[in-house]
Amino acid sequence: MDLTGLLAFNVLTGIATLALITIGLGVIYGMMRIINLAHGEFMMLGAYTAVTASTAGVNIWVSMLILPPLVVGLVGLVLERTIIRFLYGRMMDTMLATWGISLGLIGLITSIFGNVVKSVQMPVGSFAIGQYHVSAYSLVIIGVGVVVLSSLLLLLRKTRFGLILRATMQNPAMSASLGVRPAAVYMATFALGAALAGLAGGVLAPISGVSPGMGGAYIAKAFITVLGGGPAIIAGTGLAAGLFGFINEIVSFLSTPVIGDIALLASAVVLIRILPQGITGRFLRRSS
Amino acid sequence: MKLLRSSSGAQTVVILSIIVMFAVPKVLSEFGVMQATLFAAVAIFGLSQGFVWGYAGIMSFGQAAFLGIGAYTYAIAAINLGNTQVAGLLAIAVPMLFAALLGYFMFYGRISDAYVGVITLTVSVILFELMNSTSGSQYHIGDAVLGGFNGIPAIPPFAPPGKPDEPLDQIGVWYVAMGALIVAYVFLKWILASRFGRVVVAIRENETRAMLIGYDPRLYKLLSFVIGAGIAGAAGAVFATWGGFISPTVFALTMSAQVIISVLIGGLGTLIGPILGAVAIQYLINVAGMQHTIDPSLGLGIVLVAFVLLVPQGVVPVARSWIARLNWTARTPRANRAKTSEQESRS
Amino acid sequence: MNSTPPLLQARNVTMRFGGVTAVRSVDFSLGEVELRCLIGPNGAGKSTFFKMLTGQLRPSEGNIHFRNTDITGSNSHQIARLGVGIKTQVPNVFNGLSVRENVFIGAGRRKSLARAQRIVDETLTRLQLDSIADRIVGQLAHGQRQWVEIATVLAQEPELILLDEPAAGMNHEEVLRTAELIREINKTQAIVVVEHDMQFIRMIARTVTVFSQGEVLVEGSVETVLSDQRVKDVYLGRRAA
Repeated sequence: MDLTGLLAFNVLTGIATLALITIGLGVIYGMMRIINLAHGEFMMLGAYTAVTASTAGVNIWVSMLILPPLVVGLVGLVLERTIIRFLYGRMMDTMLATWGISLGLIGLITSIFGNVVKSVQMPVGSFAIGQYHVSAYSLVIIGVGVVVLSSLLLLLRKTRFGLILRATMQNPAMSASLGVRPAAVYMATFALGAALAGLAGGVLAPISGVSPGMGGAYIAKAFITVLGGGPAIIAGTGLAAGLFGFINEIVSFLSTPVIGDIALLASAVVLIRILPQGITGRFLRRSS
Repeated sequence: MKLLRSSSGAQTVVILSIIVMFAVPKVLSEFGVMQATLFAAVAIFGLSQGFVWGYAGIMSFGQAAFLGIGAYTYAIAAINLGNTQVAGLLAIAVPMLFAALLGYFMFYGRISDAYVGVITLTVSVILFELMNSTSGSQYHIGDAVLGGFNGIPAIPPFAPPGKPDEPLDQIGVWYVAMGALIVAYVFLKWILASRFGRVVVAIRENETRAMLIGYDPRLYKLLSFVIGAGIAGAAGAVFATWGGFISPTVFALTMSAQVIISVLIGGLGTLIGPILGAVAIQYLINVAGMQHTIDPSLGLGIVLVAFVLLVPQGVVPVARSWIARLNWTARTPRANRAKTSEQESRS
Repeated sequence: MNSTPPLLQARNVTMRFGGVTAVRSVDFSLGEVELRCLIGPNGAGKSTFFKMLTGQLRPSEGNIHFRNTDITGSNSHQIARLGVGIKTQVPNVFNGLSVRENVFIGAGRRKSLARAQRIVDETLTRLQLDSIADRIVGQLAHGQRQWVEIATVLAQEPELILLDEPAAGMNHEEVLRTAELIREINKTQAIVVVEHDMQFIRMIARTVTVFSQGEVLVEGSVETVLSDQRVKDVYLGRRAA
C-alpha cells in the first residue's frame, strides 16, 4: 500500500519533470517548427543562474524560479535576433545553427566556470509516505509543472497575446495582413521557449549535478516527447509526458534508472512510428 | 566504363590518394602517421554521412550509432575470435544489419525527414546510455568485458591474414586505413554512377516524381541507409584498431555533431567535400584541444554557426562554382555572356 | 458488349475527408487508346478523383481496376509499374538535374542502357527539347518544365497517361503545341486529362466527363456536353437541375 503510494508519487514527479523539460522546446517547435538543439543548454544556463545567484546570497526560491527564466529568456531573445531569425524556413540550417549555439554555450560556460560539477542546496526536507521517506522537493517540481502548464494554457487561450500567437502559428501571412508582425511574434516565442527551458534548469538544479555538459542528457528526451505529443503544444506535452513519464518511472522502479531512460526513448520511437503526427495529431486535434 | 568517363575529377582524387598513402610514412614521423591514421578514420566516417545525407537525402543525426556498433563489434570479435579479418568484416556487417532493421522501421513507416533525424539521434543516445551502464564484470560478450563508461581496452590491432600473432605496426595500420578510405570512395563513386545511384539521387530531388515513375522510395532509402551504416562501421573498426581502445563516447552526440559539421563545411552533395571537411574539423579539434585561448566547444560552435550563416552549401561547392565561373569567364567572349545555368561538375 | 475489359474502370468510388464527401459514388470507364477529358468547376472533385487513380489517395469506398488488376488504394509506384504515366498538377520534376537526366530516369526503369538512351533521344526530339537537353530543369520557364515532365512520363512508354492540367501556366503558342502533342500521343496511348482551360479542351477533346459537387454530372461527346445547359449552369454557379 505504501509502495503503491510511493510509486504513484514518483510517477507524478517523473511526469512533471518530463513536462517541464519538454515545454520550452515544445513552444518553439510548435510555433515555428524550429528544432532547437540548444534546448538542453538553455536549461543548463538556467541551472547555472540558480547556482550563481544562490551562492551570491539571493533567496533560493528567487534564484531557482524567478531569475533563470528572466536570464535565459533574455539570452534567447538575443540569439533569436542575431542568428535564428536569418534562418526561418530553413529547417536543416536552424538545426545546425542551434547545434552550433549549443556547442558555443557549453564552451562559454566551461570557460567561465570550469568543467566542474556544481550544486544547489536542496531547499526543503523530506516527508513520509507510509514507511518511505520522500523528498518534499518532488512536491515543488509537481507544483511548478502544474502551474507552468496551466498558466501557458491560460495565456494561449484567454489572452490577446495568446490569440496572436496561435493565429500566427496557423497562418503567418494572414496575421501579417491583420497588422501583426510575425517577426515580433517569433522573437517573443523563442524568448518564451528559452525562458521556460531556463526555468526547468533552475527548478531541476537541486536534484541534478550542474555542469556544462548537463544539457545533453535532456535533449533527446525533450525532443522525442515533443514529437510524440504532436501539434497541440500544451495538450501534447502533457499527454506525452504523462505516457512516457509513466513508462520511465515504472521501468526504472522495476530495473535501473538507465533502463528506465532507455524504455522512455524506445517507447517514444515506437509511438512516433505508430502515430507519425504525435498523440494530438490523432486525438484532441483542435486543442492547443 | 561510365564511371571513368564521367569523372576525371574522381581519377585525380584516387591518384592523389594513392600518392598520399605511400608518401605519408616516408615524410611523417611515427606520431604523424598515427595522426594521419585518425584523419583517415574520420574521413571514412565523413564519407558515410556525406553519402547518406548529401546524396540520399536522409537526415541521419545519429550516424555515430553505426560508428560505435562497428567499433564495438570489431573489439568484441577481435578479442573473442583472434581473427582480425573476420572482425573487420563483422564490423561492417553488424551495423548494416542494425541499419536494415532501423531503416525498415523508419522508412516503411512513412516517417517524415525531420523525424528521421530525431529518431536516429535518439537511437544513438540509447546506445550511449546502454553501453555506459555496462560497468561490472557481469557485462561481457564471450571474453570481451564491455566495461561501461571505461570501455574496452587492449583491442587487438589488425594482423595480416594467416599471421594473427604479428599485428601490424603503426605504418601497417595506416596502409589499411588509407586503403579502406580509397576503397570506400571508389565504391561510392561506382554506386553513384550506377542506375541505383541515379535513382537514389532522383528520389532525393523529388520523391513524388520518382515514385510516379515506378520506383519505391522506401526501398532505395533503406538500401542507402544500410550502405552508409556499413561504411560507418568500417570507420569504427579503423578507429578501434587505431586507438586499441573504445568507449561509449563513440556513441555520443558530439561524435554525430562532429561528422555533420564536417559534411556541412566540406560540402553537401559531394564525396570529396566530407573527406576534406572531416580532416579539417578533426585537425581543428586537435588544435583546439591543445591551445588554451578559447574553449574547443566554443570555437567549434562559432565555426558551425558562421558556416551556416555565411556559407551554407559548404566549402567545396562554393569553391567549385568559383572555379567554374572563372573558367567560364576566361573562355567566353564578353559579348556572349548571357545568363546560363552552371553545370555542376561531378567528383 | 465488349469482351475485353476496359483499360481503366472505377466503380462506385467515394472519397470522404472527415465530414466532407469530395467524391460520391463515381463510375468511370476508359477504353484502350481513348482520350477523356475531366472538367468541372473548382471543388467539383475531379482532382480528388484523379488522385485516387494515381494512388495518391485511397478511396473510402468503391474500387478501381486497371485492366484486370485491382489498383484500389495501391501505392503510386505500384500503379506506375503497371504502365500508367502520371503528370501532377504542380509540376513534379527533378529540379537539380538536367532535362536529359530527368527523361532518362523516366526511361531507364528495367530497360537496358542502350534502349533507355534511345528512348531518351527520341522523346527529347519528339517534344522539341533537344536545344535545352543539358539545362538544369530548376532554371527553366514554367511551360518548359511542364514539357519536361510530360517527356519524363512519355519516356516510361506507358499505356495510360494521366495528365493533371498540362496546359496550366502556358502561353497560347505553348498551349497549341501541347494540344498537338496530346493528339499525337493519343494515336497509340490512352489519355485522361483534367483541365480548366476550355479553349484547350475544345482543341483536344473527344469524350468529356463533367464533374460537379463530387459526382459525374454528364458524360458524352465534347459537342453535346459543352452545349448542355446543365453544364453551363454549373460553371456559372447556378444550381444544376
